[in-house]
Amino acid sequence: MHRVQARINGKDYEHEVEARLLLVHYIREKARLTGTHVGCDTGNCGACTILYNGKPVKSCMLLAVQANRAEITTVEGLAGNGLHPVQEAFLNRFAVQCGYCTPGMLLSASSLLESNAAPSEAEIREALEGNMCMCTGYQQIVDAIKYAAETMRASTGKSL
Amino acid sequence: MSRKKPGEFQVVNHSVAREDGVAKVTGRAVYASDIRLEGMAYAKLLRSPFAHARILSIDASEALRQPGVIAVLHGNNLQGIDPYYGHAVKDHPLLAIGKVRFLGEPVAAVVAEDERSAYEALESVRVEYEELPGVLEVDAALADGAPLVHETSYAGGSFRGFDDPGSMKASNICQEVHLEWGDVAAAFAQAAQVVEGVYYFPMAYAYAMEAYVSIADYNDSGLTVYSSAQHPFIVRHDLAGVFGLFLNRVRVVVPFVGGGYGSKSYTKIEPLTAACSWKAKRPVKLQLSVAEAMLTTRNDDARVRIRTAVDREGRLVAREATIHLNTGAYAENSPLVARKAANRIVGPYRIPNVKVDCCAIYTNTVPASSFRGFGATQVTFPGESQMDELAEKLSCHPVEFRRKNLAARGESIHPGLRPLDADLAGDIAMVVQALETDKPLSKGHGRAVACSASDAGSDPVTSTIVHVYADGSVSVMTGSTELGQGSHTVLRQIAAEEMGVELQKVRVIGPDTAVTPFERSTGASRTTTLMGRAVLEACQEAIVQLRDMAAEILKTAPENLILERSGVAFQDRRLSWQDVLRTFFGLSDCSIIGRAYLRKVGDLALLPVFWEIGCTGVEIAVDAETGRICLERLVTVGDVGLAIHPAMVEGQDLGAATMGLGIGLYEELLYEGQQLLNGNLLDYRVPRFSDLAPKIDLLLVQNQDGRGPYGAKGGGEGSLNPIPACLANALYQATGVRLRRLPLTPERVWRALREQRNKGDNVGH
Ligand code: FES
Ligand code: FES
Repeated sequence: MHRVQARINGKDYEHEVEARLLLVHYIREKARLTGTHVGCDTGNCGACTILYNGKPVKSCMLLAVQANRAEITTVEGLAGNGLHPVQEAFLNRFAVQCGYCTPGMLLSASSLLESNAAPSEAEIREALEGNMCMCTGYQQIVDAIKYAAETMRASTGKSL
Repeated sequence: MSRKKPGEFQVVNHSVAREDGVAKVTGRAVYASDIRLEGMAYAKLLRSPFAHARILSIDASEALRQPGVIAVLHGNNLQGIDPYYGHAVKDHPLLAIGKVRFLGEPVAAVVAEDERSAYEALESVRVEYEELPGVLEVDAALADGAPLVHETSYAGGSFRGFDDPGSMKASNICQEVHLEWGDVAAAFAQAAQVVEGVYYFPMAYAYAMEAYVSIADYNDSGLTVYSSAQHPFIVRHDLAGVFGLFLNRVRVVVPFVGGGYGSKSYTKIEPLTAACSWKAKRPVKLQLSVAEAMLTTRNDDARVRIRTAVDREGRLVAREATIHLNTGAYAENSPLVARKAANRIVGPYRIPNVKVDCCAIYTNTVPASSFRGFGATQVTFPGESQMDELAEKLSCHPVEFRRKNLAARGESIHPGLRPLDADLAGDIAMVVQALETDKPLSKGHGRAVACSASDAGSDPVTSTIVHVYADGSVSVMTGSTELGQGSHTVLRQIAAEEMGVELQKVRVIGPDTAVTPFERSTGASRTTTLMGRAVLEACQEAIVQLRDMAAEILKTAPENLILERSGVAFQDRRLSWQDVLRTFFGLSDCSIIGRAYLRKVGDLALLPVFWEIGCTGVEIAVDAETGRICLERLVTVGDVGLAIHPAMVEGQDLGAATMGLGIGLYEELLYEGQQLLNGNLLDYRVPRFSDLAPKIDLLLVQNQDGRGPYGAKGGGEGSLNPIPACLANALYQATGVRLRRLPLTPERVWRALREQRNKGDNVGH
């Protein structure tokens, strides 16, 4: 057993875990944050995407022990005072159907917008290629991310 | 009653916020896999390593001694329940009994304190098999003297029921459907042109990102199951049968579902999970992995031999087809898929002579069942391929040729069924315009338009209750499942429109078979049309009660009251529904119920409930070097009567078309011998962001010609059906290569192009 101390969404968690426990199961079963979903457990679908020390990673590809002293953001931690602009945009552009892919999409998208305030459609598609959605056919998700970029630029007063 | 038109609605026909939106973007939405009950144990499954084998013995004694193990279930210790289920044919044991029929079939279930212990104990379950010769594809299954997948007949479920249970079976035929009108032989003999071919539709998996999961709690008061099921009432029916319980002792609750697309139709792992709870005397959770889900269900792959004839004027005169469906080891919904495939091969055309023989065939492979558009997908590919092949023979533009043969609104395409309730010529004209078919095509590009008509809606038995509260709020009790398609939002809109309240005041509850009234299923694109109409009628029934109450309060006859939005007026007085309830009962927190049920009478007596239209266009680019097809342009038409929520209709159409793209270009489950080769997401290629067409037009047609609320009719499957044929026809236009086997993988296209070059001519394949 190994001791894991992780900071998830700004809150400290401490657990004894088996070495083989996957991070996604740690988040879901131990921290009981069930917004992070499992859509394959083979690293393909992106439903389990979280921010790990600020970077988007597929949490089914990491072990829980790797969360020790790490800073993690899951979908539950995305909203601050009110929804994150990406969350608002997904609602506004109907980029959500069953919602199973949505948490992973939101984290990949928010991370893209951190590094690129005005991504082109091609850049959005490329950045999210590792996230699958079987409901929407993707276009509404691309539209939502473009829209979120616009609202974020407008609110920070940055223009192009 | 005069009907409101687009532009006159307050809530309906607007793209309002999704009812489930905030829960889904914040991670608060609860799916079945998120549920944890007090004292819950976990089950894991041991699966068969053989496609066909006799089970000689099972020894679970060592497994039972493993740490944490509570119970082990297998085919030899299920005494006390009826382990067979199936809504069409009761052929499916919840664990293999006596023999296994496909590689991956569950043979034993271990229930333990945690998932890991259950998993680790699986290897201590000892099973002795004697391998049997199997049948892995339809030709082997139909051969003389073929090994039988099932030796005896079973009791029929609600769909079938003409079998003689227990009698010996002589073949691997699960279901036969024959359809015939006119004189096909004579029509072919006199035809001006005939095309004939054999087409293959692939074995595919409707990948829902949430794999099957259910949680069962069997105790003295009955059985409660939380499941990712699309059809909770059919699951209830099957569970009641397995455990010999009254319907009111079986409660099936469906929280949010992470995608279905048909794969979660009907009963899947619920009987097994419930049996685990029954045996372990604890709540039990069974969560499958995606790889296990791919061993649970798939579509029926199809071989279609079809010929179609036209006369000298280019009118369709005859179509004849033999459809062989590979149904896998258990019937599941394949008998119905067979029926639909036979019906839907006619397309939306006027064809005076038709003969179809369709056969669902048992094989020793993963059981096949529903898949979005079922039946239609398998037969629209050959049917619409042949429309283009015939047009070429006639030197006629494929769109012109279709126009000439499309049935008009009100015309019958299928004797005995409802006449066509759509304007397909109008739909096609819109696609043609959006696709800009008059513009020149770049080299290596091809365009195509195709269409389909599906008898949709299933059996129209639907009921609902609407609670109207004295504080102005309203609750809709629905047995329809929210799969992401947006049904709960649509039902909320309809209730808000009818009761004249703000959307936020309407709550949608369900499905929970203990509290929500009966709904046959959530499939066949029925929810808006049938449940939507039931909600509308239930609201109207509540309004009649409220009006009568108001009349009593105002001491006048109900006829003297003028119905207004959210209340009544009489002379200079106006009473809102809130006022009526408070005054009538003298309390501020009471409520009344409005109710409605639909069944096969009146304007719903004739099936189908509606014809679901598919009408799509594509432009593709073919890379001659690699054989890769890129979708450049996509046009869909949502011919939905009235779009209760336009943005969600568009979302359904794009999602459906994208599934069509997957099957058309990449998706195929491959068997090597008994083994499924690519039963995981690493090897099974589904559409991704990079497959998205750069230009997409999602069009809506709102002719208010359905039998649903305000003339609405269903959508969500139609835009899938014609896409594979569109791709094959566009490929032909781009390259002169005709492929009759899906998917159109780069390798297949490249080989065909090479063969064409070698031959130096344009002969098709
Ligand atoms: S669950 Fe991690 S990528 Fe699919
Ligand atoms: S919304 Fe269902 S998978 Fe993306």
